[in-house]
Amino acid sequence: MPQLRQKILVLYLHTPDLNSNVVAWSMYDGTGKTNPTTGDSDKPPYTSVVEAMQHGWRVVQFPQQFPAYPGMEYSTSYLRFEYILEKMEEIDD
Amino acid sequence: MIDKQYLLDSKQIAHFVADGYLRFDELVPAELNEAVYAEMEDHGIERGTAGTPLSEIWPQSSPIGSVFQLPEVQGMIHSLVGPDPLYDHHAVHTVKADNDRGQHWHADAIIDTRMHFDIQFFYFAHDTPREMGGTMILPGSHYRRVCESDVARYHNFLEQLPIVCKAGTIFVVHHGIWHCAQPNLTDRMRYMFKLRLNPTVRQMRLWNTDDIDDPSIPGILSKNHKWYGNDVRLETVNRIKLWRFLVGDDKFDVGYWMGRLENLPENVLEAA
Repeated sequence: MPQLRQKILVLYLHTPDLNSNVVAWSMYDGTGKTNPTTGDSDKPPYTSVVEAMQHGWRVVQFPQQFPAYPGMEYSTSYLRFEYILEKMEEIDD
Repeated sequence: MIDKQYLLDSKQIAHFVADGYLRFDELVPAELNEAVYAEMEDHGIERGTAGTPLSEIWPQSSPIGSVFQLPEVQGMIHSLVGPDPLYDHHAVHTVKADNDRGQHWHADAIIDTRMHFDIQFFYFAHDTPREMGGTMILPGSHYRRVCESDVARYHNFLEQLPIVCKAGTIFVVHHGIWHCAQPNLTDRMRYMFKLRLNPTVRQMRLWNTDDIDDPSIPGILSKNHKWYGNDVRLETVNRIKLWRFLVGDDKFDVGYWMGRLENLPENVLEAA
């Protein structure tokens, strides 16, 4: 029985459109083969969520969209269009 | 009274409003860098009490006191927070040799809703090549209302800026800017001296305003940072609001962004 571990890729997009450009990204590797960290790349691994899907990543979470709270219409905080993707990879046991 | 030649100009202030930082490469003389480096290695920089006038924190004859007495540094301080700021705190930030983990992204302190702002100096007393870090900053992140490490899930952004610099380089940043220490893959400890200052006067036209009407300023205030994505227009509004605050002009606009939002006609036409 192969041992599978989850890799998580978080892509932040220009707009909610899954074809729009990646503006920020993070990787978390449950296989233990890599150890991603802040500032470890200047170029996103994929240009869009759709391109990541074409490389075998499964989208497991979409961002919900909410109207701005009254009085907060021009406030900015977190990146709003956050997509979480996963890929299961075999590990050597 | 500070010599006007050392004050920042309006274009620099506009860049600060748009980007949240200004950089001054190799500003501090070599002998002073070496003296501060030794002071940091010896843990010799005394900590002050928050809220004390900066002028009372370190002897002017001490290496670190001398850095903040440099006329160019005094000019930055005067231009951004006024002539007699308060010492908030300082830190000698270190990253040990052979450390391959970056610090998580964060903004300092907690959610800060003021239009008034503090400044932080990031001073690099020794050469800081990329393999040594240095501190990574995210230009244009200073208006984001987040609580310290709430942003720790993020790893990378378009246009993130690692501070790679020669000894004597100073960055002055808005208190809200996101930043993180970067891995140090060298065999030497990395140092960065951070100092936060609070204003004691209304932050309005504290710099050299001779170029206040420079036609390039609206363009500077409109600059996009690619990581904003669709929020770039919201960030432009934030910048307009801070520029209005700084110049004391509540009608200032970039393009027609605020003019459109503030167009609330009340005059009622007579019935025909």
